[in-house]
Amino acid sequence: MYAQMVESGQAGTSDQDKAFQDKIDRNVRIEPRDWMPEGYRKTLIRQISQHAHSEIVGQLPEGNWITRAPSLQRKAILLAKVQDEAGHGLYLYCAAETLGVSRDELTEQLLSGKAKYSSIFNYPTLTWADVGMIGWLVDGAAIMNQVPLQRCSYGPYSRAMIRVCKEESFHQRQGFDIVRALVEGTEDQKAMAQDALNRWWWPAIMMFGPPDADSTHSEQSMKWGIKLNSNDELRQKFVDQTVPQAEWLGLTLPDPDLKWNEDRQSYDFGTPDWDEFFNVIKGNGICNRERLDARNKAWDDGAWFREGLMAHAEKTTKQNIAAE
Amino acid sequence: MSPFATFCLRMGDNALILGQRTGEWCGHAPVLEEDIAFANMGLDLIGQTQLWYGMVSDELGKSPDDLAFFRGEREFLNTLLVEQPNTDFAHALMRQYLFDAWHLPMLDGLTGSTNADVAALAEKSVKEVRYHIDRSRDLIVRLGDGSPESHDRMQAALDWLWPFTADLLARDAADDTLVAEGMIPAAAPVQQAFDWETAETFARATLTAPDGPRRTGGRTGNHSEHMGYLLAVMQSVPRAHPGAHW
Amino acid sequence: MSTEFPLWEVFIRGQHGLAHRHVGSLHAPDAELALKSARDVYTRRNEGVSIWVVPSSAIAALDPSEAEQNFAPSESKIYRHPTFFDIPEDVGAM
Repeated sequence: MYAQMVESGQAGTSDQDKAFQDKIDRNVRIEPRDWMPEGYRKTLIRQISQHAHSEIVGQLPEGNWITRAPSLQRKAILLAKVQDEAGHGLYLYCAAETLGVSRDELTEQLLSGKAKYSSIFNYPTLTWADVGMIGWLVDGAAIMNQVPLQRCSYGPYSRAMIRVCKEESFHQRQGFDIVRALVEGTEDQKAMAQDALNRWWWPAIMMFGPPDADSTHSEQSMKWGIKLNSNDELRQKFVDQTVPQAEWLGLTLPDPDLKWNEDRQSYDFGTPDWDEFFNVIKGNGICNRERLDARNKAWDDGAWFREGLMAHAEKTTKQNIAAE
Repeated sequence: MSPFATFCLRMGDNALILGQRTGEWCGHAPVLEEDIAFANMGLDLIGQTQLWYGMVSDELGKSPDDLAFFRGEREFLNTLLVEQPNTDFAHALMRQYLFDAWHLPMLDGLTGSTNADVAALAEKSVKEVRYHIDRSRDLIVRLGDGSPESHDRMQAALDWLWPFTADLLARDAADDTLVAEGMIPAAAPVQQAFDWETAETFARATLTAPDGPRRTGGRTGNHSEHMGYLLAVMQSVPRAHPGAHW
Repeated sequence: MSTEFPLWEVFIRGQHGLAHRHVGSLHAPDAELALKSARDVYTRRNEGVSIWVVPSSAIAALDPSEAEQNFAPSESKIYRHPTFFDIPEDVGAM
């Protein structure tokens, strides 16, 4: 999810390629030192790093509210949650590193704007209710995509996903719990929740990526077992799961076309504004520049810290060698 | 307010305000590993805040959240040290270390408190703080004795923050009453532990604590200007919606 | 000077009595800080009672393309497994 629209590489036609595909078809996990087609390696690096970057940039919109959380309990929960996102980014960078790329290289790609991250994080968090919506909807959508990825063909990625999913199960619940407290609260709080839902619903729907019909580069990734469901499949699942929850909360989803389809045993829903989606991806969201600026600042301001620690480690290594 | 309530508020306010400053780093630290470690400390501190405020909730007739979000800056009794801003990561680390160097012997002493609730609270917190100082001390030494730039930044942070340690170690009549009751440790052993800890560490870190004026005031509600901004941010949501539950 | 911290592999003993298990990796300038970071990164949910860290570069591994010659030969030694032997039920526990 955090890794939608990853451009897929090409499969080869050699015997090695065929044996590789056969392994994947037999559900044998690919491990770092195994032979793999260059296209598979490159696609995975792009996908895993985009996923990692999304976790890291994803700290920012919610991180905004750690200092303003309205109770001590909420402050602790939110800090723990945003900290988890940093952890997830870390696990994913480590998984990408097994493919022969360093974390610094990946960071450089993010900071220069060359690498993508999920465009959902380019929307602003304007009220406390937004923090609830991110947990409930954005993490809810992310989980929907990450659960199948636990079975993806690349061992380190699949293991990272297992750890992430285990930890993330509390994220969606804490978001729902924030929203629940709001709708059970004052009129102002209820209005705050509805307003936030109005702003986050469509971006959440678009997190699954463009419709399958327009999605050009999924096929090879699906064959390789690194994308397991189509965008539309996951989107439908998300809508079907979320609509009853919104009803339970007494909130209205901002989609006049939303209605239960008895034949399909699923909800029909309207078409998102894809122009807006691509516009945000192109860098024209409200917070694109702020997000990258914040990451660049953290990295640049931290250079002396990293250098200082390395300098000390080198000094002590030299002293230890001299002492021996 | 009773001496006991004053003391508990000072402890809780220290934990909250430092936790607030620590939380500001989430998503902005120099490396991911550090981001995660800092958040762990912040979580411990917020947890400690809830415990200290819980101790005096009945006497003051205010919930822990009311104490955090509905008092003004003159009513907060935290030390000046913890409200100092995150000028850079060196300031954040040094502030944490100086606080830990006092916090550990203080809590260690409180584990022998005649008040069983205080002793139990200290018993739980002291484990957390032992880890905090292990980590902060280690980084002070590494960065003090690291590159020329890391040394200079750590020294600058020490120069800025050291004067506030007077506020950290200060005592008044309320404290004296509690010492006499065996509720809190006397000033001398805490001061000695602090002096020994910091002298040893700064020697290893090739850093020098400055002479000169010492600053006090936070413990009596006389804060720096940073405090008002910190509270304005922290309290904005509950204050905009009085009576709301979150 | 490259300032990227070296990579470490992290092994955690989940409970007393169990073996250490590989849980992931992290970057740190040296072993001491790697251990501290491992505690902060990998035991946030009370997952461990002991931690090992090993420089990733210190791990030697068999070549996966030689997996057949390494592991296939033991496949046929089925008599090494207790289920190979048929013990009459009335002999009792064995």
